[in-house]
Amino acid sequence: MGQRVAFGSRWLPYVLVLPQIAVTLVFFFWPALQALWYSFQLQDPFGESTEFAGLTNFEALVHDGAYLASFQTTALFSVLVATLGIAISLGLAVLAHRVTRGTMVYRTLLIWPYAVAPAVAGVLWAFMFAPSIGVVSYVLRQLGVDWNWVLRGDQAMLLVVMAATWKQISYNFLFFLAGLQAIPRSLIEAAAIDGASPVRRFWTIVFPLLSPTTFFLLVVNIVYAFFDTFGVIDATTGGGPAQATNILVYKVYTDGVKSADLGGSSAQSVILMIIVIALTVVQFRFVERKVQYG
Amino acid sequence: MASISLRNVEKTYGHGAHANKVIHGVNAEITDGEFIVIVGPSGCGKSTLLRMVAGLEEITGGEIAIGPRVVNRLEPAERDIAMVFQNYALYPHMSVYDNMAYGLKIAKRPKADIDERVKKAARILELGHLLDRKPRQLSGGQRQRVAMGRAIVRQPQVFLFDEPLSNLDAKLRAQTRIEIQKLHAELKVTSLFVTHDQVEAMTLAHRMIVMNAGVMEQVGTPEEVYARPATTFVASFIGSPPMNLLTGEATPDGFALGDVVLPLPRPAPQAGPLTLGLRPEHAEVRPEGGWALQVELVEMLGAERLVHGRLGSAAFTLRIPSTDRAPVVGERLMLAASPDHLHWFDSGNGRRVG
Amino acid sequence: MIENRKGLDLLTHVLLIAAVAVVAFPLYVTFVASTRTLDEVLTVPMPMTPGSHLLENYAQVLTGGSTRGAGAPVGRMMLNSLAMALMIAIGKIAISIIASFAIVYFRFPLRRTFFWMIFVTLMLPVEVRIIPTFKVVSDLSMLNSYVGLTLPLIASATATFLFRQFFMTVPDELTEAARIDGAGPMRFFFDVLLPLSATSVAALFVIQFIYGWNQYLWPLLITTDESMYTTVIGIKRMIVGGDALTEWPLVMATAMLAMLPPALVVLLMQKWFVKGLVDAEK
Repeated sequence: MGQRVAFGSRWLPYVLVLPQIAVTLVFFFWPALQALWYSFQLQDPFGESTEFAGLTNFEALVHDGAYLASFQTTALFSVLVATLGIAISLGLAVLAHRVTRGTMVYRTLLIWPYAVAPAVAGVLWAFMFAPSIGVVSYVLRQLGVDWNWVLRGDQAMLLVVMAATWKQISYNFLFFLAGLQAIPRSLIEAAAIDGASPVRRFWTIVFPLLSPTTFFLLVVNIVYAFFDTFGVIDATTGGGPAQATNILVYKVYTDGVKSADLGGSSAQSVILMIIVIALTVVQFRFVERKVQYG
Repeated sequence: MASISLRNVEKTYGHGAHANKVIHGVNAEITDGEFIVIVGPSGCGKSTLLRMVAGLEEITGGEIAIGPRVVNRLEPAERDIAMVFQNYALYPHMSVYDNMAYGLKIAKRPKADIDERVKKAARILELGHLLDRKPRQLSGGQRQRVAMGRAIVRQPQVFLFDEPLSNLDAKLRAQTRIEIQKLHAELKVTSLFVTHDQVEAMTLAHRMIVMNAGVMEQVGTPEEVYARPATTFVASFIGSPPMNLLTGEATPDGFALGDVVLPLPRPAPQAGPLTLGLRPEHAEVRPEGGWALQVELVEMLGAERLVHGRLGSAAFTLRIPSTDRAPVVGERLMLAASPDHLHWFDSGNGRRVG
Repeated sequence: MIENRKGLDLLTHVLLIAAVAVVAFPLYVTFVASTRTLDEVLTVPMPMTPGSHLLENYAQVLTGGSTRGAGAPVGRMMLNSLAMALMIAIGKIAISIIASFAIVYFRFPLRRTFFWMIFVTLMLPVEVRIIPTFKVVSDLSMLNSYVGLTLPLIASATATFLFRQFFMTVPDELTEAARIDGAGPMRFFFDVLLPLSATSVAALFVIQFIYGWNQYLWPLLITTDESMYTTVIGIKRMIVGGDALTEWPLVMATAMLAMLPPALVVLLMQKWFVKGLVDAEK
């Protein structure tokens, strides 16, 4: 343990952590354990009883084409959202950092999408790109593009990627801007004196110094793409057309709520949990080296 | 006002195989009104010792008594002490007035009483015009005075100072040192002052406790510690530039130091391997003196010069008034050591001999 | 910057303004749609200037809701959203700050256990455990209630972690000075720690308010009673299959209303918000 001062009360700390621990136990651990439990169970056709089935549910998932497809869809979706989101916001942050005056104005103007709910973002973009009445759809048709995301899976994916990325850009932008502002000017100036061009300066000095931020945002964006985008999907494509945008978290929902497949849905939940825990561990290991037990 | 007794005080971190003893049996009796400086290098345990008196560290061995009470089990607030921290530790969101009044408010003193005490302390420390300011609006020296004010208003039995001058620049340090001395002369509260700076120790202390690696090497007045250091550590730590320590062998012909033999104006207390200590000011340039100093570097300090060189292969520093002729690098100076100021130490354990 | 070419500076501004425009475009379209009639919206292409039905649409939506799909008044929904956002923000901050205080400033057995228990919740959002959590809430008869809406969501650890990071920057000496002044732990908490945490609390408030207001999946699951709908899911419920059936102006008006309070909170508290977000990752 560190050198921190500590109060010595015997009972007070327990009282203080109690509310959080209680809520965590009741609404987090208990359901998570239940998910774990049910993932090992099979329900009979009438949903009356359950019996222990080992890894049956998991095996079924591995062999389920729809589930594997969902994995692919999620992977594609999250890669697109993460890379687009990071690239665009990095570019914007560099620009905003570069101007001598007005950085804060631009920040204010670019920060507000953070306040928009993913579901609402989905609705907005779906409205703009609505096959028949959307304003952007109109322009696309004028340009000869056959736009109809209700029928075409790849276009549906495009739509949700745009909606999800749009929202996340402001979040990434904030972090990149802060990261850029934290780089000491003296480093850049030294490089300039050494004869490095702006482009070279960026790639050899600025970008490496931003790598903790970039890595952190990568993890956050992937988690965002995995989970927070539920609202985007539900409010627009509903996982379709034909499962084209049926990402994992959405599938858990549809299978669990709409199809009432408790075992399968729980198994999916468990797999998701493992993925997130892995991501969290990776993040803390490589980004937050300062997590101490103290 | 009270006495402080340190009886065989020890501090151990950890248990069993991982136990790390950092303070080994410190003993001292401090009388009421004394200003005691605990001095030593970083890591010697002086702050730990102070914090044990304060109650911020647990006492794992021995006893500490303030006045008649043994305080081992008492919380800091119950020990009737006040502390001035190195980094001031002022509450950033409270005004100077509130900072000083905080402890009294917790003790539920009547408002009029608090007001009187704070105003009085502010007067003594010349903070009257700053009472409404926040700490971030004050300079380092002002903040330190507020920290002292916070201690004064409590009217405690003991003042504890944890390296309070270390964060101040040199000029401010000298100024604040004098202020502390004046304060003590006026308030006469028993004080424990921790520092790594031996100048502060020498100037402020009635008595000093010199510590090294958790061991109390010597307790005494500045004069005692300077004139009769109990160990080679104390000898080299107190006094600047430090005492010259020459390790060699005492023989009937003199002090054998490597391949030279230094004649001794007074015989050594015993024969055999010994460490000879001589302060830089206790040698004179005299042609008939038997010590040959090979001059390597001369530093001009203003009123005096420091001559660095070698006796044989051992390093030696000499102090001469700047009115004397300046030695030349490469020159061979003949020195005579003062017979009254030869210090002899055991070469093994560093303790004073004879 | 070092190279001071005027042209480059101008280009940067142009690019940024373009970006701002692109980002704001969906908002603009939505706003325009919310001021028009359904017929105007359904004409292709929809006119791109604001219409004249602003007051009408908003009044309609606030008091009566959509006539197709969800019929609950949006005014009521906004109240629900507000209640949810405030309860989550305040609840989470309250339980997290004291839990964090306990973990950082006390030594007690099980401290590490509790720390890791809370840590585990850090990145596992409710979406991962929805079905069983739903079951628990249902078993506790908390469906269709404010408590059910908010309690399960205040368990996560982001706030606890932010406070922990902050507490670790408070110098030990401050705590020691307070101890010597005679302050017990709770006194120290209220007199010293809490005032110093003001910025973190403000930042967290913004983040949690938005989080609570924008909740989607959870309210979707546990509210069946229309009077308990939140604004965000109200929008979804108003969109009933097919572009022509939905009352777009009303839906868009509701969307504007859904975005307004969180956007206001972000813009007004921008300074603390950014500080809180960015500092949390240091």
